Amino acid sequence: MAAGPDLGTVPAIDVHGLTQRFGEHVAVDDVDLTVAAGECFGLLGPNGAGKTTTIRLLVTLLPVQTGQVRIFGLDVRRKAMAVRRLMGYVPQQLSVEGALTGRENVTWFARLFDVPRRERTARVDEVLAMMDLTDAADRLAATYSGGMVRRLELAQALVNRPALLVLDEPTVGLDPVARDSVWTRVGELQSQYGTTVLLTTHYMEEADALCDRVALMHHGSVRALGAPDELKAALGPQASLEDVFRHWTGDQLAGEEKGGLRSVRTTRRTAGRMG
Amino acid sequence: MSVRLDAPRAAWADRRPPAAARRLVSRVGTFCLVELQKLRHDRSEVVTRLIQPILWLVVFGQTFTRLRAIPSGNVPYLDYLSAGIIAQSALFVSIFYGIQIIWERDAGVLTKLLVTPTPRAALVTGKAFAAGIRSLAQAVAILVVALLLGVRYTANPLKLLGVLVVVLLGAAFFCCLSVTIAGLVLKRDRLMGIGQAIMMPLFFASNALYPVSVMPGWLQAISAVNPLSYEVSALRGLLLGTPTTLWLDFAVLSLTALAAIGAASALLGRLAR
Ligand SMILES: Nc1ncnc2c1ncn2[C@@H]1O[C@H](COP(=O)(O)OP(=O)(O)OP(=O)(O)O)[C@@H](O)[C@H]1O
Ligand SMILES: [Mg+2]
Repeated sequence: MAAGPDLGTVPAIDVHGLTQRFGEHVAVDDVDLTVAAGECFGLLGPNGAGKTTTIRLLVTLLPVQTGQVRIFGLDVRRKAMAVRRLMGYVPQQLSVEGALTGRENVTWFARLFDVPRRERTARVDEVLAMMDLTDAADRLAATYSGGMVRRLELAQALVNRPALLVLDEPTVGLDPVARDSVWTRVGELQSQYGTTVLLTTHYMEEADALCDRVALMHHGSVRALGAPDELKAALGPQASLEDVFRHWTGDQLAGEEKGGLRSVRTTRRTAGRMG
Repeated sequence: MSVRLDAPRAAWADRRPPAAARRLVSRVGTFCLVELQKLRHDRSEVVTRLIQPILWLVVFGQTFTRLRAIPSGNVPYLDYLSAGIIAQSALFVSIFYGIQIIWERDAGVLTKLLVTPTPRAALVTGKAFAAGIRSLAQAVAILVVALLLGVRYTANPLKLLGVLVVVLLGAAFFCCLSVTIAGLVLKRDRLMGIGQAIMMPLFFASNALYPVSVMPGWLQAISAVNPLSYEVSALRGLLLGTPTTLWLDFAVLSLTALAAIGAASALLGRLAR
């Protein structure tokens, strides 16, 4: 038996020259990224920047055409199955099996991740409790609210105790309280258990608070990379991560998208005042 | 609130991937279990899906038994037909799985399944057996209805076990056929169109309703390459003792099921792109 992957010394994610084309369109353009084990890393960028495509390449959903992706030292092209065993993944789209209960949904994934039978029940209970779903566990998932579905998905992604947790916009569509609770839990996982977290979000304040480092993507390539504080300091003493975002991506946006972005910001400010 | 998880690193250290064969068995078991759970939550589906086969048995079967229009050898036509209706019902249930997998793709569930350490072939085989489970539920219900209508079947447990295997193999083939088509056309509405378009021809170009001997030559040729005919022959042979070449039926059903699983596994990745 080959030794398991090295979870301590090699980077959790190591990406070199990653490029993904859809026909003529270059969705991911020569991306280099390294995420250390235990780090919380944010992939930021406007709609269509290539964040989801990058993630789909990392989690073995899309075959890597150009470039190299290593997860804990394992090449995703040759060791896809071993890579999957290490990961928990919550896709951008809300997705659970509505015809099963919450508990059945989680148990299903525990089985698919070969969680040993004698531990299974305890583990499922544990992650359900962690996501505050114990009371709702035996209801059909079709009856869950959006926030509950997201938490259920996190429970599914955590049941194999992943070394790398990949979250594609985990808080989209959630109310501020639900968003908070998701981020609190992700933060706990990272700080208590050393789980490496790769996430995308459009909420800059949250990325700022949670991520050790962020990469700003635009038109498929990484435009800026570093700790949020570094990126902000480079721009000015008062700069927020949102200003950084605008600086690296806003200027080059088409007029229509720009309007969209600005209106999102205004809404968020208003929401902030009311909160 | 602070529920603690053990450190993931420690957990990884004692976790070895299971051998491929064990993993396949485990995955198939998992998909069957999930299918049973879904069935348990929605029992009405078994009942609604029973309406059509019962109509075939009660209306078509009883009428044509009286008419004696279709030569069914030395068994009553209703008995003869019931085996065909079990196969038909399994066909209709299984063809639905291609649509279901596209639905799961659109709902994002397939994406998550593909990121678990589950080889594509194990996922497809799991689905095939899940279709088999549903088909068996239908088959049992139809057998009960037929018994109530006075049909007499074998009580030989070995033969009944054979029936179970035949239904599973047939369901696996048709399920994977539809998943294969799903992998080719990628869109739900297109698949629904194609599903409708092939379901009835498969049914009528088989010996489900009438023996091959009464078919015109061209239809006999189609029936000879139609796995449904082999399924029906095997079911009749086992349940009613009508003459058939059982080893050939099993061979055809096994090989076509394997081929369809292979084709569906190869095309499954297309659905995730
Ligand atoms: N399967 C596909 N076929 C063709 N083009 C695609 C496909 N998937 C993504 N794209 C294109 O690639 C680009 C990047 O998309 P991607 O989903 O990665 O963006 P994103 O950064 O996740 O955006 P968002 O914030 O809206 O989720 C987009 O222009 C998109 O239209
Ligand atoms: Mg996205």
